[in-house]
Amino acid sequence: MTARLRWRKFVSGLMLTLTGLCALITVGVLFCILAYLVVHGGSSVNWNFFTRLPAPVGEAGGGMANAIAGSAKLLALATLMGVPVGFLGGVYLAEFSGSKMAFVVRYAADLLNGVPSIVIGIFAYTLMVLPFKHFSTFAGSFALGLMMIPITLRSTEEFLRGVPRSLREGAMALGASKWRTIQSVVVPAAYRGIVTAILLAVARVAGETAPLLFTAFGNRFWSPGWGQPTASLPVVIFTYAVSPYEDWHRQAWAAGLVLLGLILAVNIVARVVLARGVRVPRS
Amino acid sequence: MKRFAGLALVFLVAAIVTGAQSALLINGAGATFPYPIYSKWFDEYHKAHGTVQINYQSVGSGAGIRQVTEGTVDFGASDGPMTDEQIKAYTDKQGHGILHFPTVLGAAVPTYNIAGVTGSLNFTPEALAGIYLGKITKWNDPAIADANKGVNLPNEDIVVVHRSDGSGTTYIWTDYLSKVSTEWKDKVGRNTSVNWPVGLGGKGNEGVMGVVKQTPNSIGYVELIYAIQNHTPYGTVRNSAGEFIKADLASVSAAAAGAIKNMPDDFRVSITNAPGKTAYPISSFTWLLIPEKISDASKRNDLKTFLKWMMTDGQQYCESLAYAKLPKEVVAKEEKAINKVQ
Amino acid sequence: MATPSTTAPSAGPLAGSRSFLARIRTGDEIARLLTFLFAASVVLITVVLVFELWQQSSLAWHKFGFDFFVTRVWDPVTEEFGALPFIYGTVVTTAVALLLAVPLGLGAAIFLAELAPQKISDTLQFFIDLLAAVPSVIYGLLGIFIIVPIIRKVVEPALKESLGFLPFFQGPAYGLGFLTAGAVLAVMVIPYIVSVSREILLAVPREQREAALALGATRWESTWKVVVPFARSGIVGSIFLAMARALGETMAVTMVIGNAPVIKASLFSIGDSIASVIANQFTEATSDLYTHSLIALGLVLFILTFIINGLARLLIIATAQKGSGTGNA
Repeated sequence: MTARLRWRKFVSGLMLTLTGLCALITVGVLFCILAYLVVHGGSSVNWNFFTRLPAPVGEAGGGMANAIAGSAKLLALATLMGVPVGFLGGVYLAEFSGSKMAFVVRYAADLLNGVPSIVIGIFAYTLMVLPFKHFSTFAGSFALGLMMIPITLRSTEEFLRGVPRSLREGAMALGASKWRTIQSVVVPAAYRGIVTAILLAVARVAGETAPLLFTAFGNRFWSPGWGQPTASLPVVIFTYAVSPYEDWHRQAWAAGLVLLGLILAVNIVARVVLARGVRVPRS
Repeated sequence: MKRFAGLALVFLVAAIVTGAQSALLINGAGATFPYPIYSKWFDEYHKAHGTVQINYQSVGSGAGIRQVTEGTVDFGASDGPMTDEQIKAYTDKQGHGILHFPTVLGAAVPTYNIAGVTGSLNFTPEALAGIYLGKITKWNDPAIADANKGVNLPNEDIVVVHRSDGSGTTYIWTDYLSKVSTEWKDKVGRNTSVNWPVGLGGKGNEGVMGVVKQTPNSIGYVELIYAIQNHTPYGTVRNSAGEFIKADLASVSAAAAGAIKNMPDDFRVSITNAPGKTAYPISSFTWLLIPEKISDASKRNDLKTFLKWMMTDGQQYCESLAYAKLPKEVVAKEEKAINKVQ
Repeated sequence: MATPSTTAPSAGPLAGSRSFLARIRTGDEIARLLTFLFAASVVLITVVLVFELWQQSSLAWHKFGFDFFVTRVWDPVTEEFGALPFIYGTVVTTAVALLLAVPLGLGAAIFLAELAPQKISDTLQFFIDLLAAVPSVIYGLLGIFIIVPIIRKVVEPALKESLGFLPFFQGPAYGLGFLTAGAVLAVMVIPYIVSVSREILLAVPREQREAALALGATRWESTWKVVVPFARSGIVGSIFLAMARALGETMAVTMVIGNAPVIKASLFSIGDSIASVIANQFTEATSDLYTHSLIALGLVLFILTFIINGLARLLIIATAQKGSGTGNA
């Protein structure tokens, strides 16, 4: 082996080791984040945290029950608002549309997907808060639902198209109409992929803070119904983190741990359990 | 499909159930300056009147004025009284006027984070103006050191901290600086949000306090209670009579004493740099902004009842949180003004 | 990937084969109409969004016009608003983020695509996908309490000592500022670079590698000199995707950037970005011009991310087509 070849082999080994290091560092960051959250917030995740309302500024012992409930309500309504639109739109694109309309719809969805979340917040404020003169859960859900539409639409279309031709043709050969075919053959075949995509979309908007700042606003108490401002986990984390109170900081860590834990849990379940063998969409 | 219908039914039921909570929710937003006492009040009031929940969001006086003008909250709160333009904007938008109700007296104090300095530094008006104009850049500058003989001030850059959001505390601070420094008045002026010559921004009193605590050699202005609750040192300020005064209940009340005689009917008055030997120069009232007309009868009655409670029973919580009580004469005047809320 | 549409003959509005009534009875027409309405609503809402952004920022455009982009002043007292400090802050933090994220991300992608065995590659990719799912506010939380002190106490002094002659590393070390915001953004965008680049690299035809190796190249040389250049546009596309994400990031940036409309060369300086200033000042913009100026900023950001996203998509598609084409290098 010549010296030159030895050098080239050395460089090759070195560079490839370095790239391995890059990969390890990247993955390591995830575990660092979790570790910090557990270390700083683990001890504060207690019964109080889940069941009590916030205490006045400076007093210890408050909790985040209303923020947890608020986030749950926001997400539930957002899913109800965004998923049907995305799903049925995706059905249209995959099953019914001509190429021109398909291009327009896909383009619009991509546009919507690229809108920064703060701009979505502005839009939801002008459309859903100002005219009604109220910050509300409804406005917050509207903003979050908007963000869910493009992901749901694209994934639905992709998974519906992925259903093999033979399945469709089989159903039609048996005399089923177009709609019947879609309803009882195509959609169930693509079901797992679509549900995975929806779950991932929910996990993604669960952590969004910016769109909620001017829509759901905030609430120290329970939020009745859908038309009043509501607390939410991400906004409370933000508010508590920038404050100077030690107790609030501890609660922010705990909330961060709970929020991230839930998001990761949904992601893991969706990717590992449901999507076995299914290609998972990129957000 | 059946599964979907079932889910939808569950949501409907959940909506009805959560909507059925009978508590009346009143929404307010504004000043962070009095947030510690307001959150205590609303909490205590809710304990005493279980069906009323007053949700107050501490987002800054600027936001309070804006949101009450838009009508997205039921009342606002601000440490800087609304200007004539802002009141006109409100009246144009809502069709009726807005009332100011003083709630407590507070003080803006200069708080700092310097290694080794645990006591109170003395600040002259020139020092404060110079620091915030960016002309005094080191802690051991003579303008500061001369008033603090015997204190070991480091030769470090001063990190200036101010509010990044629209703030009544900023209004109080800039109001004071405008009175004591013509250069400040010409260059920057007084407002809830100004074009700061130097410094980092923190969101809310809480944010400024947080930044000061985390950043060595920094100085910021916060409401007195924030410095006390966080055990950070804060300085004395020289008042118009030449005395270095530390902010506390007595000195803040002294500042208000001079203003009582000339209290205007709409309660919009500035008491910074007030006359009096024991007066603390950066004191201020803080106000609740209540619309003159409230169409919802239960909200109107609840707010009026709360205002009355606040002026009388509520005042007992002030001192433990380092806010000075309203002077008796002001309370008497305010009780009459409550009737203006229709 | 996606198989071509397998719809039955009734793809156009005037399907020939069955009568209109027959189609209504079988529910097809209703189904088509219903799904069309929903698809159209997506388009409608996007149009309304752009329209609202434009309309609600009109006061700012009327008053300032193009000067909006070059004015450094942001003064709510005198009502003079300029976008320059925020455009600067957005660009600088994004640049820092990419400078840090691209080498790391590309390195990781190369490892995952070229070197690691399938199982390890998939497992590591799984964790990286989880990293992409971490919300912005959590990064902000870690930013304030963990990263800012480290940068203030360790990183900035070290940079000042070693590279302090450069204008980028001068000035007091606050811990908050462009450098920190850029660092936090870098962590947030690495997963995007890794996942997309990895896919692109995996799609490079096998023949390319094999040809290089057959000619005596080492593993690294084959990767770096043949595969990566082949996938170059796609990789650039992934960088653009990461850029678009970094541009729009709000929470993590606003918690660590210092929040002051400052334009300074030093990375230690505090500043502000478009998304950050909107988040801080929107609810309290006390005049209509103030609000419109903030929304104008939002419109600028929207257009910027739109262009970059578009470019990214084009580049990625171009590489995919190249890969699945005839395979000429």
